[in-house]
Amino acid sequence: MGTPMPETAATQLDFLESMLRIRFFEEEVGRLRAEGSIVGSVHLCNGQEAVHAGACAALDPSRDAVFPTYRGHGWTLACGVPPYALFAELLGRQTGVNGGRGGSAYLTAPEYGMYGENSIVGAGAPIAAGAALAATFDGSGRVALAAFGDGAMNQGAVHEAMNFAAVRDLPVIFLVENNHYSELTPIASMVRGDRLFARASAYGMPGGRVDGNDPAAVRDAVAQAVERARGGHGPALIEAMTQRIVGHYIGDAQHYRPPGELEAALADEPIARLLATLRETIPHAELDALSERVRAEIADASARAQADPPADPSTVLEHLYA
Amino acid sequence: MPETRDLSYAEAVNAALARALDERPETLLFGEDVALPGGVFGVTKGLRRRFGERVFDTPISESAIIGGAVGAAMFGRRPIVEIMWADFFLVALDQVVNQAANVRYVSRGAVTAPITIRTQQGSAPGACAQHSQSLEAVFAHVPGLRVAMPATHQDAYDLLLAAVWCDDPVIVIENRTLYHTGRRPVGVNGGIQPAEGALIRRPGADVTLLTWGAMLHAALEAAELAAGRGIDAEVIDARWIRPLDLDTVLASVERTGRLVVAHEAHTTGGVGGEVLAAVAESGVRLRSAPLRVGAPPVRMPAAPALARAVVPNALTIADALIRSAAGGSVGAAAEGAADVPRR
Ligand SMILES: Cc1ncc(C[n+]2csc(CCOP(=O)(O)OP(=O)(O)O)c2C)c(N)n1
Ligand SMILES: [Mg+2]
Repeated sequence: MGTPMPETAATQLDFLESMLRIRFFEEEVGRLRAEGSIVGSVHLCNGQEAVHAGACAALDPSRDAVFPTYRGHGWTLACGVPPYALFAELLGRQTGVNGGRGGSAYLTAPEYGMYGENSIVGAGAPIAAGAALAATFDGSGRVALAAFGDGAMNQGAVHEAMNFAAVRDLPVIFLVENNHYSELTPIASMVRGDRLFARASAYGMPGGRVDGNDPAAVRDAVAQAVERARGGHGPALIEAMTQRIVGHYIGDAQHYRPPGELEAALADEPIARLLATLRETIPHAELDALSERVRAEIADASARAQADPPADPSTVLEHLYA
Repeated sequence: MPETRDLSYAEAVNAALARALDERPETLLFGEDVALPGGVFGVTKGLRRRFGERVFDTPISESAIIGGAVGAAMFGRRPIVEIMWADFFLVALDQVVNQAANVRYVSRGAVTAPITIRTQQGSAPGACAQHSQSLEAVFAHVPGLRVAMPATHQDAYDLLLAAVWCDDPVIVIENRTLYHTGRRPVGVNGGIQPAEGALIRRPGADVTLLTWGAMLHAALEAAELAAGRGIDAEVIDARWIRPLDLDTVLASVERTGRLVVAHEAHTTGGVGGEVLAAVAESGVRLRSAPLRVGAPPVRMPAAPALARAVVPNALTIADALIRSAAGGSVGAAAEGAADVPRR
């Protein structure tokens, strides 16, 4: 999808910064989880950062709406949520984006256009279609983007959402982050034919596959779908091919991955790949400085969040009803 | 041959599954990640290798898993399926409530749906609102279903086999916080038990404390705390939520004259309320107001500091035992009295 165009150095550096922010954030989360400061299920997105950085670059944060999954830290950061508020949420602090109510796998930041992770596989797709439905009545020009995994393509809610969106020409983008696995099971063993995007034609909407480790390619594919959707021409399905270079959850030994697969994924992961390109034209010291700046930003955000008080139990009954 | 083996709760489930697959060739085992990966909690490890194609992985399609089990059961198979988290049942509830529960009744027994659905539920530190609910009351409300909640290693084995042997649709609700809590002696290869029946886990004279699932362990701890105050609680493990063994509960309450029901689920609309109603209807004379201990009416927050304030524990249960033994006005039993978040 989309014709690649030459990227300016500034854009490339923006992508690099956005992806590094996510990567360093996830690495710090991994550390905090391992030492027990963060508890419970945590799903890291290392290796998939180009999807989040690329897609969000094609969206209008003032009006568009993103609906990611439990693997949503990257989306949340790419939507502009400060790392500090996200750390605080994962750490169960009062200062977290949801005051600790959401946690790693179910947090929401509507003020940034991030309308909620979902820990029920596929459940975000119909809700995104609903956000798009509202746009057809409110004149906002909003486009909704539902992001979910390859495995979610087998969930009934996703099928229903796609047909519903197609038949009503809803301005919604279904973005599959195909990382080849659902938990410990390869998608190849759960579908006949691995071209997930090809299902789009059955619903009567455009579908295509994009290199999910190339932020510019993702941005272009999403931009094209956004333009179509905003123009009233309905939804699209984009399959972004990527790899997670970490386990499904922290502690996942990944025995299910064939030998060599992870090594190949690491060689092709989006940050290493972009850095290799940029090193041809940009002084290494400049790239290192960028990296160090983002690393320091993350370290500072983590330290500040850790120093905050835990969520306040006296507030636990608030906000259940109007 | 009956024998005793040292098993974890997870291994006890595994042993029961292996026995069912071994002794009943019509059984099938399927669900997400259950076969080649051996389950996300390692519960079904080794079964694929041992039983081949009767054990298989499915897409993330809960309606197809449960509906597929119903259909296969109508044609002579005896499927055992896994719904990884009770919360995920909700995307496939139609197949449970409108479908599985109706098969026998409407056909007047011409076709049946002997399926076993294993799941696990409950809160654990850091779990989000969509991964921590206790939903037994949802299933217990539905005639035609049976609901088991094994609290011990032995029951993890026995209740599951009872479920598989039973000709009704049975939901077995395990608890992930129990899976890997160490090994205990578990009697295996004994007789298959009926799919019903509560057990007195701790005899006592002063207060009847009914509970089930993982909350049993908090209840036993609470009974010890209360014993330190001179209160002798009788702890009953319901084991089966539907059918609920009210005979055992009523017989106990007749002796103690006091009742506390403790569960992790919300009190409002919960099974505890059903028990209190049954006790009231029975006309048993109570010496103090019956109490419920459960989660207050609120969604489940992820932060441990918040979750601790809503999930019942040994202290909140012990507090109820003490109030029950001290008397307590009928008003105090109204909704919320045992609900107030503590700590
Ligand atoms: C309805 C439902 N079923 C099952 C699960 C358990 N589960 C959590 S993540 C996951 C795998 C999802 O795979 P995929 O959609 O490819 O996303 P990925 O994790 O790879 O990002 C499963 C089965 C769930 N959360 N919700
Ligand atoms: Mg996946």
